[in-house]
Amino acid sequence: MIEIEGLTKAYGDTLAVDGLSFTVRPGVVTGFLGPNGAGKSTTMRMVLGLDHPTSGRVRIGGQPYERLTDPLRHVGALLDAKAVHGGRSAFHHLLCLAQSNGVADSRVHEVLDLVGLGSVARKRSKGFSLGMSQRLGIAAAMLGDPSILMFDEPVNGLDPEGIHWIRNLMRDLAGQGRTVFVSSHLMSEMALTADHLVVIGQGRLLADTSMPDFITEHSRSYVRLRSPEQQRLRDVLAAGGFTAVPGSDGSVEVDGGDPVRLGQLMADHRLVLHELSRQQASLEEAFMRLTAGSVEYHAHPAGADEPAPAAVWGADWRSGKES
Amino acid sequence: MTTPYQPPSAPVPPHTPPHTPPVPHGAPQAPQQQMPPQPGHPYPQMAAPAAPQQQPVPQQMPQPTPPPAGANPSQPYAAVGGYTSPIPVRGTHLGHALASEWTKIKSVRSTIWTLSVMVALVVGIGLLVSAGTSDDEYTNAPPTLPGFFGTLLGQLCLVTLGVLVVSSEYGTGMIRTTVTACPQRGRVLAAKAMVFFTLSFITTTAALALVAFAGSGMHSGPGVMEPTGDQMVGATIGAGLYMSLLGLLSMAVGSMLRHSAGAITAMLGVVLLPAILPAFLMMSESLQDLGETMQKYSSPNALASLFQLSDELGSGWSQLGVLAGVTGAALIGAYVLLEKRDV
Repeated sequence: MIEIEGLTKAYGDTLAVDGLSFTVRPGVVTGFLGPNGAGKSTTMRMVLGLDHPTSGRVRIGGQPYERLTDPLRHVGALLDAKAVHGGRSAFHHLLCLAQSNGVADSRVHEVLDLVGLGSVARKRSKGFSLGMSQRLGIAAAMLGDPSILMFDEPVNGLDPEGIHWIRNLMRDLAGQGRTVFVSSHLMSEMALTADHLVVIGQGRLLADTSMPDFITEHSRSYVRLRSPEQQRLRDVLAAGGFTAVPGSDGSVEVDGGDPVRLGQLMADHRLVLHELSRQQASLEEAFMRLTAGSVEYHAHPAGADEPAPAAVWGADWRSGKES
Repeated sequence: MTTPYQPPSAPVPPHTPPHTPPVPHGAPQAPQQQMPPQPGHPYPQMAAPAAPQQQPVPQQMPQPTPPPAGANPSQPYAAVGGYTSPIPVRGTHLGHALASEWTKIKSVRSTIWTLSVMVALVVGIGLLVSAGTSDDEYTNAPPTLPGFFGTLLGQLCLVTLGVLVVSSEYGTGMIRTTVTACPQRGRVLAAKAMVFFTLSFITTTAALALVAFAGSGMHSGPGVMEPTGDQMVGATIGAGLYMSLLGLLSMAVGSMLRHSAGAITAMLGVVLLPAILPAFLMMSESLQDLGETMQKYSSPNALASLFQLSDELGSGWSQLGVLAGVTGAALIGAYVLLEKRDV
């Protein structure tokens, strides 16, 4: 179990993490979600005692991390897959970690086989692909058979097979009763793995809830209407007491509208409709709705014909909302 | 929303007991129950999520901690059991950190290369000088002297290695892994210092001893100065200590600056400036004393004293003491900064 209480980290005047408090429980995968620069990595580094908090504290099974004498037996972490000495072989990298925590040498081969790096154990990690480095980092995390696992953006740079593998691994580890804490900036990824969600934005806690609750609470349902007579459609809706929001592609959206009533209304006014459909906002949309106010680096869509890069999630959605 | 984890289907065991009716492929549970648990697997829970590209591992291993993965995502807190590893938990001590640092230092090529170059320089230059000189030249100086010339260059190798031992961890990001594995940062620094110092002291002293004994062996004719015990110790252990301490000082500087190139440059300044600056300082009357002190404690002069190049120089142990003091202070500084800073 990881307990975080009032955790704050200031770099000069900027607060990277601002009074965070939450608990990561065993037995489930807890997703740690937030836009880039929200303070996820900083929080994780403070959990591991790498960064000193400005205030607040972190407890690992009731103890501060610095107090653990064999931390790898309690916490396995993959923060940065490239945080290895490239000149050292995968085997020796894991061996020196095992020795520092009194873990048997035989365990090194076991975790190498577990992550599928057994055949390249003697190769220097400099030549590893990002996917192989991620696997090496996971091997290091699993070395001490810890009850708590932390992964920072573990699927970054992985191919679909690797993503699938990590997803199953995390679910399995949680299924064994371990605490699994995994950060991501991709809501869609979390939707497939996490049972519980901790969402932060600009260092502050935005949500700490179970996945189903998050979905019901935050996803927006609306009815989309499309008609060749745009102006009349809006007038009819306004007359009927509905608040219409223009959609991104000439359609009209009615938040929380009832399609039966809307259909009847349109029939009463003999209005031709090309579309009348109930829509559910995606989780990605729900997440962006929640964090919209706390995105540090906003994307400004370049040209109308040039879609914003996928990495800047939701640029299209946001621009649609603002127009 | 969530995709429950589907374990890879377990293979039907090749040797089904004869009394059991053949099991249809659609019912993999039946053979699972008959398979004995893998004996002696120390991490039963770990074997299950094996990498997918490997042979599917039978799923019958004991699972003391209950819920199957993704059993009921709508009740996320059904499993607040926690996980207990089957491996017993023992505390760690400095010995573990020493073993770890020893593995680290010997498993990168830069260590092997820099130490090899150092030995090649000390032994090579020492033997060349010994072989190229005649007995007449050792009437006033001990025949252990040739080792001195190699140390002037060899010390630079130890400076580089000392810096790299720490700063390469910062350069690669390995330091974060190291500190995560051992949050007692002082212990990491102590283990690094001890492993590096011991390794470099043994290597340099062995190389210097080889040169000293070879020199004495080559030049033992009449009239040649017999090396005293003092001279022998100075030319081997003394010079070895001096070079290793210089390496250790480099390690401390590397830990404080956290940057390879910066720390090596700083250390070249420490080694070279006291040897060069006095020439300029001596020109001024008022700075003459400073220049003389600087020269006395400069690295070439200290090594020359340890080899007892001439009688005026003294034995060199006072210079060694000063270097030890400076190194100790630098290590304390490195420790304080390591504890204070974020890695």
